[in-house]
Amino acid sequence: MAELRYTKDHEWVRLEGDSATVGITDHAQTALGDVVFVDLPEIGREVAAGEAIAVVESVKAASDVYAPIAGRIVEVNAGLTDDPALINASPTGDGWFFRIEPKDPAEIAALMDDAAYARFVESEA
Amino acid sequence: MAGSDSTDTLLETPLGALHRALGGRMVPFAGYAMPVQYPAGIMAEHLHCRAQAALFDVSHMGQAELLGEGAAAALERLTPADVAGLKPGRQRYGLLTTEDGGIFDDFMVANLGERLFLVVNASRKAEDFARIEAALPAGVTLRPLPDRALVALQGPAAATAVAAIAPDLPGMSFMQVKATTIAGIDALVSRSGYTGEDGFEISVAADTAEALAKALLALPGVQPAGLGARDSLRLEAGLCLYGNDIDLTTSPVEAALTWTIGKRRRMEWNFPGADRVRAELANGTKRLRIGIRPEGRQPARSHTPVHAPDGSAVGEITSGGFGPSANAPVAMGYVDRALAEDGTALALMVRGKALPARVAPLPFVPHRYAR
Repeated sequence: MAELRYTKDHEWVRLEGDSATVGITDHAQTALGDVVFVDLPEIGREVAAGEAIAVVESVKAASDVYAPIAGRIVEVNAGLTDDPALINASPTGDGWFFRIEPKDPAEIAALMDDAAYARFVESEA
Repeated sequence: MAGSDSTDTLLETPLGALHRALGGRMVPFAGYAMPVQYPAGIMAEHLHCRAQAALFDVSHMGQAELLGEGAAAALERLTPADVAGLKPGRQRYGLLTTEDGGIFDDFMVANLGERLFLVVNASRKAEDFARIEAALPAGVTLRPLPDRALVALQGPAAATAVAAIAPDLPGMSFMQVKATTIAGIDALVSRSGYTGEDGFEISVAADTAEALAKALLALPGVQPAGLGARDSLRLEAGLCLYGNDIDLTTSPVEAALTWTIGKRRRMEWNFPGADRVRAELANGTKRLRIGIRPEGRQPARSHTPVHAPDGSAVGEITSGGFGPSANAPVAMGYVDRALAEDGTALALMVRGKALPARVAPLPFVPHRYAR
């Protein structure tokens, strides 16, 4: 399995073939608490890096999820509509949000790796 | 994602160390560092309170005594509640009103015989105490009690669980107040709460609070719960949060809290804002507080604009979220009186999209108070 890259908004990105899968990190789901609803982007939408394109709602609050890279949405995780708690149970597995066809795959390589993200989380604590 | 607010300059309740030992996630609330949740999480804490019993720290709230001849009459100059008619050993919910008929705060008042005992909101206690102080005649004294802690034990198992260390608590009636001991600790107990469940609010000296909390948490079926669960529980119970659902602009009639106005007070009309209340009772209000059920699973939060199905703006949500026991999104808000009937279709404008919803009766989860 390809390695994960991370944004400062606590999203992860995994490039597999032509598309990059995106979700929120374990740190993010822990901070959010029990997820009760997700609003996912439309398939086919062209998105810019940093654009708010999804919303995750926990019991206590709504939070934006941002496009980590520019590209086109090619798939969303329909399983989250019926079972948004997958985001808590498996944030980097079954709890993925959407897949993007990257405009420039080099944008992914520029994101944080495991060690850099761990340091970033530490610095925010 | 939420930022990491500094909790350095915040006040601590007497249970701050215990919250941290229990793994509480501390957040700023009304100037205090308070646990929003423990490791179990808001959903589990909420459901546990409805199934068994939960312990909440509400020591940030303002406690005070009103002493002296004429204390009840003095308080009645600031509230439409019937304070003079409150029998010894009884507690009542009331509103402090403003001269133009808004709500200054909501509060609990208990008649302890020789004095009145008050509990007010943390976010309002400085303003409340100043306002009360300014209205007192000679011989009546307000004594704030900053050295007292307050905890709430809430849930259907609360009475049976606490009986092991306080045998006289299960015999109390709803809104009864008494001075007693719990596990040998002097406590002022009321049978009341903010969850819609049976339970007790327990005031103790700050230096005994941790021992009390530990004794309660050691009881079978009792788990700690934070402010997150407290908020979702009170919202399902249809109970107002000051600053969200009621404030200086909302009147008691608009807030559907007319029942807090004493019958005698409705003949005397001698409380702040009486003119507005009287006119609204006679002619109706422009807007009313109602319950709202969004269709589907998506919550609508406070400040969400409420539209009629034709797109016209008719109000705003004041509290909204996901109700774990309702297993659905629930909300409260104000709408034009013409749209306040149960079942009326509404559109909630969430992130620019119209979310269909209906006016729904409050509470969302039936109250289960001891009667």
